[in-house]
Amino acid sequence: MPMRKVMKCNEAAAWAAKLAKPKVVAAFPITPSTLVPEKISEFIADGEMDAEFIKVESEHSAISACVGASAAGVRAFTATASQGLALMHEVLFIAAGMRLPIVIAIGNRSLSAPINIWNDWQDSISERDTGWMQFYAENNQEALDLILIAFKVAENERVLLPAMVGFDAFILTHTVEPVEIPDQEVVDEFLGEYVPKHAYLDPAKPITQGALGFPAHYMEVRYTVWEAMENARQVIEEVFDEFEKKFGRRYYMIEEYKTDDAEIILLTMGSLAGTLKDFVDKKREEGVKIGAAKMTVYRPFPIEEFRALAKKAKVLAILEKDISFGISGAVFADAGRVLVNEKEKPILLDFIIGLGGRDVTFENLEEVVEISKKALVGEKVEEVNWIGLRKEIL
Amino acid sequence: MAKEIYTKYKMAKYLRKEALPTALCPGCGGGTVLNAFANAIDQLGIDPRDLVVVSGIGCSAWIASPYFLADTLHTTHGRAIAYATGVKVGLPDKKVVVISGDGDLAGIGGNHLIHAARRNIDITVILVNNFIYGMTGGQVAPTTPFGAITTTSPYRNVEHPLNIAETVTSAGASYVARWTTFHVYQLIESIKRALSVKGFALVEAISQCPVQFGRRNRMKTPTEMLRWFQRNSVLISKARNMSPNELEGKIVVGELVNREKPEFTEELNSLIEEVSKHYGLGDNNAD
Ligand SMILES: Cc1ncc(C[n+]2csc(CCOP(=O)(O)OP(=O)(O)O)c2C)c(N)n1
Ligand code: SF4
Ligand SMILES: [Mg+2]
Repeated sequence: MPMRKVMKCNEAAAWAAKLAKPKVVAAFPITPSTLVPEKISEFIADGEMDAEFIKVESEHSAISACVGASAAGVRAFTATASQGLALMHEVLFIAAGMRLPIVIAIGNRSLSAPINIWNDWQDSISERDTGWMQFYAENNQEALDLILIAFKVAENERVLLPAMVGFDAFILTHTVEPVEIPDQEVVDEFLGEYVPKHAYLDPAKPITQGALGFPAHYMEVRYTVWEAMENARQVIEEVFDEFEKKFGRRYYMIEEYKTDDAEIILLTMGSLAGTLKDFVDKKREEGVKIGAAKMTVYRPFPIEEFRALAKKAKVLAILEKDISFGISGAVFADAGRVLVNEKEKPILLDFIIGLGGRDVTFENLEEVVEISKKALVGEKVEEVNWIGLRKEIL
Repeated sequence: MAKEIYTKYKMAKYLRKEALPTALCPGCGGGTVLNAFANAIDQLGIDPRDLVVVSGIGCSAWIASPYFLADTLHTTHGRAIAYATGVKVGLPDKKVVVISGDGDLAGIGGNHLIHAARRNIDITVILVNNFIYGMTGGQVAPTTPFGAITTTSPYRNVEHPLNIAETVTSAGASYVARWTTFHVYQLIESIKRALSVKGFALVEAISQCPVQFGRRNRMKTPTEMLRWFQRNSVLISKARNMSPNELEGKIVVGELVNREKPEFTEELNSLIEEVSKHYGLGDNNAD
């Protein structure tokens, strides 16, 4: 019988790691993720988890140790955030290029400067080009589930790519919620043993990994990463199906809420999706035709699902906690690529919101709706809008 | 209370009042280090406007930034010395000081510490060693004593700590000293010497973190930790005649080295001058 326990999201992530039975966990403390490796080291010290825990001296070493472990053919896991993930940057490309199915749990936190420990998605969003899959959780249960799902997808032979699962700093990492912990046997059935297919070090069959790729081969190797990421779309769908059969919870690349007759649709990721659903309920009562959508998978970008969603809306407002300076929010830029050649498309608007832990309030969301309504009646509005700025201190 | 401190505490003029009180826990050794640093600056008559203080990330990184009233550069975890190297090369006339923690300077950023000492660049580093990653909740660090309890070594630490002052001495620094927050006057004297020496200078300040370290290692209060420093410290002159066995678990304090050696920015600038002269490039003073 699955067990229900009240726990913080960090603990839920540690439980997911325990259930996934990685052989190696290497981690370095950083706010707000520190509790994940602490909890794991406790599980290991108490004999509840059979893994090597390596207390490395930096995140660069943490992910390097995971690459080593994964290349040697075992399941590897780590957790980090913010500057820690940024420090892993060069090795993230290596993990993807070597096709190593490592999973990282990220307590999504802003990047310096200035120093800020609170929530936005700049850390993982900035790693969008590394070849890692990206999942974003709305709540603690989703974080646990998505880590299991991430391992399953990552280790699929058609994919063999690493994955990160993000959950909002403090809003989730440090907040307690009831979480259903699945049975170990069912997780074992779902995940199975990790049997490395081609990328592993075995003295009996020596191979070289990460060697020089000349211009004659480099591009093809990169193309196989592209192909693997394309394959991941299908595999993720299959794994979502299987997850539902085993555990009874259903995930979607993009999950919609009251979108069927909506003129304005607000799309976001992570915990903000919960706020949006409450807000949509309120606006529906006021008679506004509005809906919400939550993107659970950001890499690979859910292209078809996004197009289907776009068809329903007159104004599609993207609310995102990241900024790609010089263009727009990253999700908005991606959405542009997805819709550029579509014949019928909604007005696409970008709302940069909640950076560095700024609360997203209903007043902020009212402002989003006001701007969207103007666009709806043909008024000219900005494409990229910073919401909740304190203009008086600028 | 606060008002009284501003009027009675002579070093208050070196502090950024709007940032006070500090975020450090009561009884943290960081305050003693801040006080020692301010006294050293005061006694040497250094104008804070001639200072650039660089820190990394951690409780100890907060000692100078934002509390010390000078130009402070608060950087990324582990990299303070690399930033400081840039500051010193760019502004060779400034006194460049790094104040940060053991994890920051000797763990994640240990590489920069060794190479700055090797290069013998004129930077003063005050490394606050509290044996732990204080800020993130007391995880084991490369400086944690063998056998100590931390949140990530709940049964005991099975690794041996890095001997920071000795490592930096071997790497080639001009000046290296180690004291504890119990030895306040010696600490001030060593910081003064470190600031006056030309070349890389390290003052390792062993400091108490009662909250994350003491509490788990049977020293709940700051006083207990200071007593431990007092009882466990051995002067370097005495330590030289002791066996490794006798020195196990002891804190060797004193001046490890104080020597004249060519300094990096001077060497660099004289090379630039030499080459400019050779090619007739006119006045190309790097200043
Ligand atoms: C790249 C990176 N990794 C991890 C952290 C999280 N972090 C902040 S302070 C700290 C440890 C600080 O230890 P130390 O330098 O000894 O300072 P103390 O707090 O003990 O004074 C860590 C790991 C970070 N800020 N950046
Ligand atoms: S946690 Fe330790 S090092 Fe940090 S401020 Fe508190 S006592 Fe000082
Ligand atoms: Mg420390």
